[in-house]
Amino acid sequence: MVLKRIIPCLDVKDGRVVKGVHFERLRDGGDPVELAGRYYRDGADELVFLDITAGLERRRTVLPLVERTAREVFIPLTVGGGVRTVADARELLLAGCDKVAVNSAAVRRPGLLADLAGQFGRQCVVLAVDVLPVDGGYRVVVDAGRTVTPLRLEDWLLQAQALGAGEILLTSIATDGARAGYDLASITAAAAHCRVPLIASGGLGTAGHVLEACRAGADAVLAASVFHYGAWTVASLKQFLKNEGLEVRA
Amino acid sequence: MIGLVDYGCGNLQSLRNALEALGLTYSVISGPGDLARCEQAILPGVGHFGHAAEHLRRTGLDGAIRRHLDQDRPLLGICLGMQLLFEGSAESPGSAGLGQFPGRFELFGQTGLKVPHMGWNRVRLLPADLWMEAYFVHSYYLPAGRTPPGCTWSGFCAYGVDFLAAFRRGRLAACQFHPEKSGPRGLHFLREVLSWS
Repeated sequence: MVLKRIIPCLDVKDGRVVKGVHFERLRDGGDPVELAGRYYRDGADELVFLDITAGLERRRTVLPLVERTAREVFIPLTVGGGVRTVADARELLLAGCDKVAVNSAAVRRPGLLADLAGQFGRQCVVLAVDVLPVDGGYRVVVDAGRTVTPLRLEDWLLQAQALGAGEILLTSIATDGARAGYDLASITAAAAHCRVPLIASGGLGTAGHVLEACRAGADAVLAASVFHYGAWTVASLKQFLKNEGLEVRA
Repeated sequence: MIGLVDYGCGNLQSLRNALEALGLTYSVISGPGDLARCEQAILPGVGHFGHAAEHLRRTGLDGAIRRHLDQDRPLLGICLGMQLLFEGSAESPGSAGLGQFPGRFELFGQTGLKVPHMGWNRVRLLPADLWMEAYFVHSYYLPAGRTPPGCTWSGFCAYGVDFLAAFRRGRLAACQFHPEKSGPRGLHFLREVLSWS
């Protein structure tokens, strides 16, 4: 029985943690390495860095961050944000992360997934999918929430897995950062089409939300605001989940 | 000194970071001559069984590893490094492993569960009857019933089927999980195993 994973996410801009609501109104959340260390000691099962630094500054700020974090955090580390090529991914993996997440670049050029899986193995390839509800279904959204594509969530998941996605990180923009619960309908829709692990993201506010997401089909949950600013620590959340009978790592 | 065998199969950075955090001295080695100078070795690896076996054979590392073991020097195999110690794997039926133990790895697939087996799972260590939680990423497994006889200790995990997660026999130990990614408990495991006490 694989244990359900609790994954703190650090959105990083110019070397600092930031977090917004519905992808907007960013505020400062501290030093990424310090926070990563705290979450690790607190029992996080995995960590995700999403780098939203623009342009050429990105490489200069994110690589040292990954190197420093990987030296003190001994759980899987995923890094995403602006990964467009195999070379981008290789740099991050050599800096010490274990998986890379791709999003918009894979939608624009699905072959990127096959290239990454071919080079590094599909266990290294996390497909981040942002969605919005449109006409009773879910559509894939790219460019950090700015561009709604005609692509249906289910179609994209099937195509991406066939190409080489080893894990799906599903974020519902409608619930992201609001701490009012995950978008359960999107999780249910995605889970029905996932043969690889599904990480639910966007909306964790209280421990009960984790139980709902797992019941809807998530293998792991990702959260940012609730750990940066909220009332729950990773440890207190896991204690609650254990008491509720969910199988999590001690 | 620990020889960390680099045979082009996956990223060694995580393991290097873990060894450094434990204060252990290591050297990354990529040729058979380098291994002869190491008191102990780690055979890591994420990747394809056939490619890895072929690389070991082509570089002569396979012979160096067998000599290392024949001289009763310690070796730890991790993930694919554990699989390579056995005869073979369904991943690459035509490729021979190092053949230190009988047995072939099988694909998780008949169980209806997601493949690869990725994430945290519980490992039962025997005969101590201790449990530890460890991080796994693998698609092939050795059935628990194929555990090499005469192990000092062994660890088992369940994912649809019971499979061998770790063992030690003599000066050879191996784990299917990634101790370098298994948190403080994983680092503890790594330190204990590498002390060969």
